[in-house]
Amino acid sequence: MAHAQTRSIWDPQIVRTAVTDALRKLHPRTMAHNPVMFVVEAGSVLTTLALVRDAIAGRPGLGFEVQITFWLWLTVLFANFAEAMAEGRGKAQADTLRKTRTETVASRLLPDGRTETVPAARLRKDDLVFVKAGEFIPADGEIVEGVASVDESAITGESAPVIRESGGDRSAVTGGTRVLSDWIKVRVTSDPGHTFLDRMIALVEGAERQKTPNEIALNILLAGLTIVFLLAVVTLQPFAIYSGAPQSVFVLVSLLVCLIPTTIGGLLSAIGIAGMDRLVQRNVLAMSGRAVEAAGDVHTLLLDKTGTITLGNRQASEFVPLPGVTERDLADAAQLSSLADETPEGRSIVVLAKERYGIRGRDLADQHAVFVPFTAQTRMSGVDIGGREIRKGAPDAIRRYVETGGGATTPELQAIIERIARSGGTPLLVAERGRALGVVHLKDIVKGGIRERFAQLRAMGIRTVMITGDNPLTAASIAKEAGVDDFLAEATPEHKMALIRHEQGDGKLVAMTGDGTNDAPALAQADVGVAMNSGTQAAKEAGNMVDLDSTPTKLIDIVEIGKQLLMTRGALTTFSIANDVAKYFAIIPAMFAGAFPVLMALNIMHLQTPESAILSAVIFNAVIIVALVPLALRGVAYRAMSAEALLRRNLLIYGAGGIVLPFIGIKLIDMVITTLHLA
Amino acid sequence: MTSNGWLQIGLYLVLVALITPPIGRFMTRVFSRERTWLDPALRPIERLIYRSTGVDETHEMRWTEYAMAMLLFSLVSMLLLYAIERLQFWLPWNPRHLPGVPPELAFNTAASFTTNTNWQAYSGETTMSYLTQMAGLAYHNFTSAATGIVLAIAFIRGIAQRERDALGNFWVDLVRCILWVLLPACLVLAVALVSQGVIQNLRPYDTAALVDPATATTTDGAGRTQTQVVRTQVIAQGPVASQEAIKELGTNGGGFFNANSADPFENPTPLTNYLEMLAIFALGSGLTWTLGDMTGSRAHGWAVWAAMAFLFLAGVTTVYWAEAHGNPLLTAAGADQHVTALCPGGNMEGKEVRFGIADSALFATVTTDASCGAVNSMHDSFTPIGGMVPLVNIMLGEVIFGGVGSGLYGMLIFVILSVFIAGLMVGRTPEYLGKKIQAYDVKMAMLYVLIFPLVILTLAAISVLWPFGTSSLANAGPHGLSEILYAFTSTAGNNGSAFAGLNANTPWYNLALGMTMLIGRFLMIIPMLAIAGSLGRKKRVPPSPGTFPVTTPLFAALLVSVVLIVGALTFFPALSLGPIVEHLLMLKGQVF
Repeated sequence: MAHAQTRSIWDPQIVRTAVTDALRKLHPRTMAHNPVMFVVEAGSVLTTLALVRDAIAGRPGLGFEVQITFWLWLTVLFANFAEAMAEGRGKAQADTLRKTRTETVASRLLPDGRTETVPAARLRKDDLVFVKAGEFIPADGEIVEGVASVDESAITGESAPVIRESGGDRSAVTGGTRVLSDWIKVRVTSDPGHTFLDRMIALVEGAERQKTPNEIALNILLAGLTIVFLLAVVTLQPFAIYSGAPQSVFVLVSLLVCLIPTTIGGLLSAIGIAGMDRLVQRNVLAMSGRAVEAAGDVHTLLLDKTGTITLGNRQASEFVPLPGVTERDLADAAQLSSLADETPEGRSIVVLAKERYGIRGRDLADQHAVFVPFTAQTRMSGVDIGGREIRKGAPDAIRRYVETGGGATTPELQAIIERIARSGGTPLLVAERGRALGVVHLKDIVKGGIRERFAQLRAMGIRTVMITGDNPLTAASIAKEAGVDDFLAEATPEHKMALIRHEQGDGKLVAMTGDGTNDAPALAQADVGVAMNSGTQAAKEAGNMVDLDSTPTKLIDIVEIGKQLLMTRGALTTFSIANDVAKYFAIIPAMFAGAFPVLMALNIMHLQTPESAILSAVIFNAVIIVALVPLALRGVAYRAMSAEALLRRNLLIYGAGGIVLPFIGIKLIDMVITTLHLA
Repeated sequence: MTSNGWLQIGLYLVLVALITPPIGRFMTRVFSRERTWLDPALRPIERLIYRSTGVDETHEMRWTEYAMAMLLFSLVSMLLLYAIERLQFWLPWNPRHLPGVPPELAFNTAASFTTNTNWQAYSGETTMSYLTQMAGLAYHNFTSAATGIVLAIAFIRGIAQRERDALGNFWVDLVRCILWVLLPACLVLAVALVSQGVIQNLRPYDTAALVDPATATTTDGAGRTQTQVVRTQVIAQGPVASQEAIKELGTNGGGFFNANSADPFENPTPLTNYLEMLAIFALGSGLTWTLGDMTGSRAHGWAVWAAMAFLFLAGVTTVYWAEAHGNPLLTAAGADQHVTALCPGGNMEGKEVRFGIADSALFATVTTDASCGAVNSMHDSFTPIGGMVPLVNIMLGEVIFGGVGSGLYGMLIFVILSVFIAGLMVGRTPEYLGKKIQAYDVKMAMLYVLIFPLVILTLAAISVLWPFGTSSLANAGPHGLSEILYAFTSTAGNNGSAFAGLNANTPWYNLALGMTMLIGRFLMIIPMLAIAGSLGRKKRVPPSPGTFPVTTPLFAALLVSVVLIVGALTFFPALSLGPIVEHLLMLKGQVF
């Protein structure tokens, strides 16, 4: 699959396919899906017929008419080409995906315990299959027994194998991925043709693409505008006849095609396809275009603290000794007790001690050290070394340990513990025999740059809510440090669900990520639910997007892509309509220059001849579609700012720019045409 | 152009701004059924009306029911007016013994007054009896204005509503609008007008001896010319002041007399002229405040007001400029068009000396911005550009303050389109005051936008192609095209002002223009109410910094551009063959 690999917009292979597709799309039934371009095609047919009629009648000097007809057809083809280009990129990705889908055989488990070998295509839902190292997993399913490392690079592009095991949140496996070690029993969860891989191929190919709600609404607007202009042009002929200046069908069709919003009409579906494509390039699969639009509308982001806002784990940030103990002694004791501790917290203590006091890790084996592992009963860990007995653990566990050793905890200790807890950290007590030495301050480390990211989101009117299992005190402190707008502490799936419902009750759209089975209801309830690919099948079914990389920060990217998609649509619509002003000034004086030479006063571009004026407008109208293909595929430049600022910026570029640019463009084309003596 | 002229125009806009909040606040209270100081007097009457008609004042209507009630009411009212017109010969208060109105004209007039257009294909004083004027026409002046206002209120309720399709009760809104808003306002205005000399009587017409007898030459059907010395003049009388007040306040525009507000008995002094112009914008402008009030966003109300005010200023500046500059051909011919102490300068053809250039230009802009149609000068006699502005004002959809009610809901349709077109550019699916604008709303808005040019352009195109259309023209060439375009635009926009020069009292024009008025009013109301119902059913998304701003100057500018671009793109080709080419030809020395 393409993964992060980006293709050049003008990839020659895609362009070649797009050219032939553009011709194939001329079929009226295909064109009818796009009312604006359908009208252009009908107009082209009309001028072609008129051209044939004139040619048969032997009318001399049809150069202008031939060129108009040619450029009208080109307008249709350019629009088809834009759509084919967008589809082509998806198709190329689908082909890559298809190559990874090998025809596999499966060992199906029979009720009596024997296995039989069947082609993967014959597996049905609820069949049990046995997969061992080196084999491909034949279908999507849930592991019911066993644990294995699986190579999922076919789906995610990530080459490092992942662990999949029965029970819990990592039990889902995807058809087409390969077991690297051990064996698993898998219950099949999808019928052939409906697997995740099949769906992915269909999605990126655009085969399943349905128009999104906003796209439908926009299409109605464009169709309505087309009818208005059709009306204006059709009734212009009677007024022209009344004024003694009847017009030829070539001129009328040219005027019509220039006025109707062909730019956005030709690029609209390309914009939609490209939006989905941008998601795919960031390894996110949207199950529907509707979800992408909803992403742009999101008001509230529910973000899991761990992995999104903070680095995965707490880290030691400070050694706070009790009176009578030096900081160095405390650090030394803490490091000793952590040398065998492979948890990230333990490792961070070793590192901190080394950084602060240069205390190097020692080899415990030489000193006959005995490592005391953490157990659920003692809730502490430590080391016995050379007669010393060092323990570290949660405050109450260590307090009990100290008291059994004959010591007592002091008010000073209590004060330190409280201070650390209030600041959002986790206190870890270190003690030796009956004496408490001090406290290690474990801290959640907020990811760099995340605060700025949240500030941008806030400027765009998006509220961020941190979801965490921490106690409210800790949560509040991290929330403050990270700059989120709100937090949900001691969160359970039920709390999460209630929060989503509450936000939605106010009319807000909510986005969240989740991976566990217990996240499924919330994922389904959220307007944008992004399931981690590493998560359970239930979660993936419930969400409307899947993040193949399983990085929770992706949610922010998704929102940005959704917004960019909508902005591109709006920008090109505005641009398209604004363009009409210049086209009127080109065509209207040209039309009536014969009957009313005074109307040339409106020819403010000083276009050379009436023919060159009309031709230039038609050519500009066609060429601008191709010129904007890269913008449609890439999306307009996205910046995080308030709606007011965004609107001002985009209105200036695409509204005012849309009025000015065609004046320049048409004038330039007119100069080329007259230099070449084309009209 | 004089500083006095600019001062009057500037002061006018300031006064409009000043009366907007109190009028708007009062209407909010009336339609939200809150207590007002008029309640002690009016509540008993209101209750009596409901009791005698069986209206349940607590019943809330869905948009379909609201629309049906409105259509039914309008249909019955229209038939009633048709009957009065046809039967006026046998009815009382007909001192001139005027005969029954012919069928096409009666239909045209009934359609005209029911739709708040007040297009008049007749001269009031020689066609309509006092009873027809008062019971038929004045009744409609009130009800059609009230209908427009309550429709706007229903639309506002749709926006303000949360997840309910309940737009209020048409009958209750109608009664309260007439009792609380229109009648008291008209009473005050009528008294003010009478104090300035506007007449109010039921006397038969006066006959006065001419100080300076005139000789008139007439040609009869057989081509014989007859010369006659005229020594007396018939001076028409009637209950003018009462009709005059509602004519402006309800943006009806149908004059008691043919000369409309140019007639000294309708509009005697510069003060009455100013009052009448203020009355035309009063309720339409007040409704923008009501919009802000009821939707909880006063700033949005002002933004809409600002967009309207900008378009108004642009229009009046253009007309004033064009008329004050006058006709270059006259200058070339040696006529002095400069402003002096004794001469208003500029193009005074078809203008009253007591109003002059500035107040005529202002009146023409105001009456066409609002779909009023009262005139104090003849738009046909304006310079091509000066005459194009009134035409363009109507072509923009009568949304610059507009007809009472219809101006606001028309503008709100443009707001919805603006939000839809540009709204995507902020990276959200379009929403208007927290309501998502979706496919259904866009479909209805486009239908609304489409019907207007459809009826104007199609019927005008038919009229220029066949003799039944062109034979009514007094002028050839581009000016003739302007006259036909103006007639259909004015009727479709429910404005009712005439460009003159077109004899509209023919079977084709009476029927075609009558249908145009009905379509321009009722066919457009249905999609509008459908949007109100659809918006009402939607959730209201709370505003955030990411919400499309509808309260800022930027939004007002966007709204202005959308109104101009949609209007211009639709009508530019037709205009270029009418007033634009006429203007350019005039500069070259050719007139029509």
